[in-house]
Amino acid sequence: MPELHSVVCVKVVPKPEEVRVDEQTHSLVRAQVRSEINPPDMNAMEMALGLKDRYGGTVSILSMGPPLFEPYLRAALAMGADHIYLLSDPAFAGADTLATTYTLSLGVRKIGAVDLVFCGEESSDGATGQVPAGLAEWLDLPQLSLLTHIDLNLQERLAHGRRELKGGYEIVRATLPCVVSVKTAANEPRFIDYAIKDWAFGEGRITVWGHEALGAELALIGLAGSPTRVTGLAEAQTRHRRREFIDGDPQHIAHRLAQLLRDNN
Amino acid sequence: MVASAYTPQDEDKAIWVYLEHDADQLEDVSKELLGKGRQMADELGWKLAGLLIGHQVEPLVEQAFSYRVDQVWMVEHVLLKDFSIEGFTQAAYQALLQAKPSVFLLGATPNARDLAGRLAVRLRTGLNADCTDLRMVAENGVLVSEVSGFGGGVLALIQMAEHRPQMATVRPGVFPLPEPVAGFVGECITVGVNLQPGDIHTQILERQVGEGMDLSRAEVLVAGGRGVEGDFAMLFELARLLKGEVGATRPPVDEGHIERERQVGQTGVVCSPKIAICCGISGAFHFVVGIEKADMVIAINTDPQAPIFDYADYCIVGDVHQVLPALIAELRRSMEVVHA
Ligand SMILES: Cc1cc2nc3c(=O)[nH]c(=O)nc-3n(C[C@H](O)[C@H](O)[C@H](O)COP(=O)(O)OP(=O)(O)OC[C@H]3O[C@@H](n4cnc5c(N)ncnc54)[C@H](O)[C@@H]3O)c2cc1C
Ligand SMILES: Nc1ncnc2c1ncn2[C@@H]1O[C@H](COP(=O)(O)O)[C@@H](O)[C@H]1O
Repeated sequence: MPELHSVVCVKVVPKPEEVRVDEQTHSLVRAQVRSEINPPDMNAMEMALGLKDRYGGTVSILSMGPPLFEPYLRAALAMGADHIYLLSDPAFAGADTLATTYTLSLGVRKIGAVDLVFCGEESSDGATGQVPAGLAEWLDLPQLSLLTHIDLNLQERLAHGRRELKGGYEIVRATLPCVVSVKTAANEPRFIDYAIKDWAFGEGRITVWGHEALGAELALIGLAGSPTRVTGLAEAQTRHRRREFIDGDPQHIAHRLAQLLRDNN
Repeated sequence: MVASAYTPQDEDKAIWVYLEHDADQLEDVSKELLGKGRQMADELGWKLAGLLIGHQVEPLVEQAFSYRVDQVWMVEHVLLKDFSIEGFTQAAYQALLQAKPSVFLLGATPNARDLAGRLAVRLRTGLNADCTDLRMVAENGVLVSEVSGFGGGVLALIQMAEHRPQMATVRPGVFPLPEPVAGFVGECITVGVNLQPGDIHTQILERQVGEGMDLSRAEVLVAGGRGVEGDFAMLFELARLLKGEVGATRPPVDEGHIERERQVGQTGVVCSPKIAICCGISGAFHFVVGIEKADMVIAINTDPQAPIFDYADYCIVGDVHQVLPALIAELRRSMEVVHA
């Protein structure tokens, strides 16, 4: 039996708590903002690495983004991933979901011989969770979403998973190869392994592919391949609030509050 | 730019809503979209239609009519009894290609998100996900979707000019639930689907989904933050007395003090209660978007400078461990008086 090969799609995102909005321009101030691996993708990596622990095989990391992603992605090697593929090209810039999923699908195809493609539930700067489904469609693969656990039956080429839903769960099954999105906080991502840290941040391999290497159709990548346009930024209107302070001891406050609650409910 | 499977030139001037259902009932989010869709369609003089996919779903057609849809497009097949991404994508794809509606709206639920993501690629069209508002431009029939930009109080407006259908997903609770009306009858159109068992590679082996609670519809929300220090028992007691539900900010959820389905905010639930009581919550933007629609906000925080007070109608500078027990005692007392 050929060994198990998982690809994990990982995005590097600005640390959300450091992103500020410029009051004048209403645009995001990204300068001097530190980045990190999209936290949900850590859960996706942990699920893939967990399978490697149990069944052996290899884990590849796939990311589309600028070269500045590289140092962040190396942390994945230090966690136990085997190889990093970075899809980086100015022509990829400005991609919406359609163009992003197309580009990532070419990456998966070029890596080749993939059994499982893992994604996070959503990216903290996109936060739409549409990449896993779109990617599965480009690859013409089945998909399981929002999994908290996964088991494989390699003989029969099946994946079994537990899918977390509001107020319950589903036990689901798909044939391999398939695309899996991992429920945020489904597991505790492992720490980096100090024994391989120097390798990971040194000679650990990163392969960078641009649009030519992928054989990408220009009409399907980057801004040119994106149907949607941001046509405006509006300031979130905050509702007018009374901002009335209620002072006094807890008993007095409780009395006032109880009154308010009765009058308004 | 690659053209979508059909273009604005061939579109039918119609707004379609995906009719998600469970246990013979339309999901509330679908009804909410029908309410919004009706309003937008009326403004433009367009049709409103629902897309119903499943097996033996005819009883749902009547339900859809009571939300004033002009048409229900129904795809019936025994292989569509349970949701499968392959089956439902194929069904929706064939119906959309046949009718070519300008707009297709879905709830941002787990299954419909998967469906939307997959369909948008198959149709080579755009998808505006997790919209916080929708608007149609009367002059050109373009859908403008509002999404909340990450990290700050910025809303981005997104649209697509050349691609159809204009797809968008909207979270439950963003639009109000409309009242059903009696006596409205539309047209039901059946669409065939080519589907073989071999087309479906995913399967649901077991499903355990309870009623669960629905924070987005709670009339009273008692929300706790890090300042509650894990003592959610008193919040549950307060919620019980007020016939409300308990919500939380992200830190107590991450720390395991309370279930994730109770998280309020950008990555949690958007609530629209009559009253929101925020206990030990600083008022980060990510949280505040979840209570923006509350009619009245009460905030309790030890820090007089806490940003939450900017978003509150009634502000209490105080310790939740003192204020809440006093409030609970006061409410119990007044209830005894009523009962006596
Ligand atoms: C991408 C992203 C998405 C996010 N999504 C969400 C989301 O959906 N929902 C969400 O809530 N957060 C979300 N967050 C986190 C958010 O940014 C804040 O960190 C979080 O809301 C803060 O929670 P808090 O107010 O409980 O905690 P803190 O900010 O730590 O505030 C605690 C408050 O309690 C007060 N306090 C302390 N002790 C007491 C006491 N005894 N009595 C009264 N007051 C007391 C303090 O003065 C303080 O103001 C998100 C963050 C990111 C980056
Ligand atoms: N540029 C990217 N490179 C690699 N993976 C991505 C990228 N964008 C999104 N993903 C993956 O898709 C998931 C969902 O992202 P999104 O649909 O943007 O919310 C993320 O958690 C990642 O696993």
